[in-house]
Amino acid sequence: MTAPAIALKVEQVAVRFGGLVALSDMNFTVGEGEIVSLIGPNGAGKTTAFNVVTGFLEPTHGAVSYRGTALNGLKPHQIADLGLIRTFQRTSVFRNDTVYDNLLVGLHRQGRVSLLEAILGLPRARSSQRRLKERASELVEWVGLERRAHDLAGSLSYGEQRLVGVALALAAEPSMLLLDEPVSGMNASETHTFVQLIRNIRNRGVTILLVEHDMPMVMSVSDRIVVLNYGRIIAEGQPDEIRNNPVVIEAYLGQGATRA
Amino acid sequence: MRTGIAILTVVAFASVPLWLRDPYLMNALITTGIFIIGAMSLNLLLGFTGQLSLGHIAFFGIGAYVSALTSLGFDAGMPFGFRIVHEPWPPIVGFVLAIVIAGFCGYLVGLLSFRVRGAYFVIVTISFAEVVRLVALNWVELTQGPLALTNIPSITIGLPGLGDLTLRTKLQNYYLVLAVAVVAYVLISRLVHSHFGRAMRGLMENETLAVSVGIDVTKTLTLAAVISAGIAGAAGSLYAHYIRIIDPEVFAFINTVTMVIMVITGGKGSLAGPVVGGMIFGLLPVFLRPIMAPEAQWIAYGGVLIVILFVLPRGIVPSLAQRFTWRGSRAETVAPVAFSKRDAAKEHA
Repeated sequence: MTAPAIALKVEQVAVRFGGLVALSDMNFTVGEGEIVSLIGPNGAGKTTAFNVVTGFLEPTHGAVSYRGTALNGLKPHQIADLGLIRTFQRTSVFRNDTVYDNLLVGLHRQGRVSLLEAILGLPRARSSQRRLKERASELVEWVGLERRAHDLAGSLSYGEQRLVGVALALAAEPSMLLLDEPVSGMNASETHTFVQLIRNIRNRGVTILLVEHDMPMVMSVSDRIVVLNYGRIIAEGQPDEIRNNPVVIEAYLGQGATRA
Repeated sequence: MRTGIAILTVVAFASVPLWLRDPYLMNALITTGIFIIGAMSLNLLLGFTGQLSLGHIAFFGIGAYVSALTSLGFDAGMPFGFRIVHEPWPPIVGFVLAIVIAGFCGYLVGLLSFRVRGAYFVIVTISFAEVVRLVALNWVELTQGPLALTNIPSITIGLPGLGDLTLRTKLQNYYLVLAVAVVAYVLISRLVHSHFGRAMRGLMENETLAVSVGIDVTKTLTLAAVISAGIAGAAGSLYAHYIRIIDPEVFAFINTVTMVIMVITGGKGSLAGPVVGGMIFGLLPVFLRPIMAPEAQWIAYGGVLIVILFVLPRGIVPSLAQRFTWRGSRAETVAPVAFSKRDAAKEHA
């Protein structure tokens, strides 16, 4: 198997909040087109790692680069401009807007026309508006929410809101998508559909980094898995290797357990 | 449908001078119109970005002073020993400069406060208005201080083929204010329906999420502040050339409060809100004047404000719009395409 080109590179990243070490010396890479999962018990530092990569948190030490561009010091919206788009655990939709309007906001990066063009309603601004509306409808269909398109996002079920969150991220045309616990709170069939969706997204050439607790889901969808505990990487490898790794089993189940 | 209502409204306003001859009422309508333009600019910030500018009158006042001084000329010492002698320019140049300089002040205030936002923006804008008021009051050489700038010329516009027209009468000023109001309304409407407007709404609702899809917070909010301040400056310029006398009292806090009340009762975040709220609170004094002392009028405003917000908590326009067009959206049984107010707006954008 030839290794794909490296998309995301995390080098020696450490994050300390005062005396608390949230992450220490984290190194990992994600190849182009890979699906990599970041797992670990609660408080292991998964979301912190996400926040560092997407610029919401400045690392105390270390460097992150995406496709050769150093991300240190960049603001979240600048990182988003590089094509690195994330979803959130909780705050995942604009609750008071319709699903369709949510996606229009998400299409911000595609809709840039100059202020003057927008105010004067010049042809370029109009055609851009039309394109965005078409794209929003496409995305709504793509995640299977066309019947809910004109309902307020806040009125949707939890699983549906997660889908809106992903569609919103996709609207921003990511080349790499970071999903923070996307299936938490979903039932089995919703999770199953979601796994299909993730595969579809990858098949469109989008690299995916996933933080997730749902082990069966992680095992079935990931190309590689990185395991964190107490802010350090304790294991890394393909799903089969991780499944049988005694260090990982110990981290999850404690000492004395012999089977996962 | 929305565009239809808007055109009907403009036609109705344009027809007012045909049947209304009372100069006092015309005067009330003109000043109300000027304040409505100010309220529309405030609404762009408060209603569409959620940032409350409690010093909004500063931009209005700056526009008024810039425009007045440009058209009057001045001879004043500047800091660092400079001295500027300015010969009078046509008021229309003052109008343009008012927009530019007020907009620039909006940029500065935005730059200062939007890194932190929220309460900080409120405080910075209040302080800014107070500082500007003190400057206007004490820089007597430039502003005449409490003696006021008087004899401000009326606006003259050049009409191709017809020569210059100086807008002295109430009728002329009424149409000028109406024209500027329509331009401001269309401009704000275009802006909030563009991707700039969606970025603003996204930021107001969920900043973290908005940032994650690539929206630049500081840039978006500063842009809103600049445009808002520029429009307020235009309103201030109209005020200066219509009233033809301005003093530092134009910066009074109560004037900002009046604009905020207009926006909130009419409905913040609704394009027509400031127009409706502005008509109510702009014309209320006219009807209360025969029966109440000015002090008692303020109490009446308070009463009206409370009643409106009690009956229609989101403001008049959004509450009514919801009542008429958005009835089903909450029920689970509606047809898939529940029609919301915003969609209606977009259909015609």
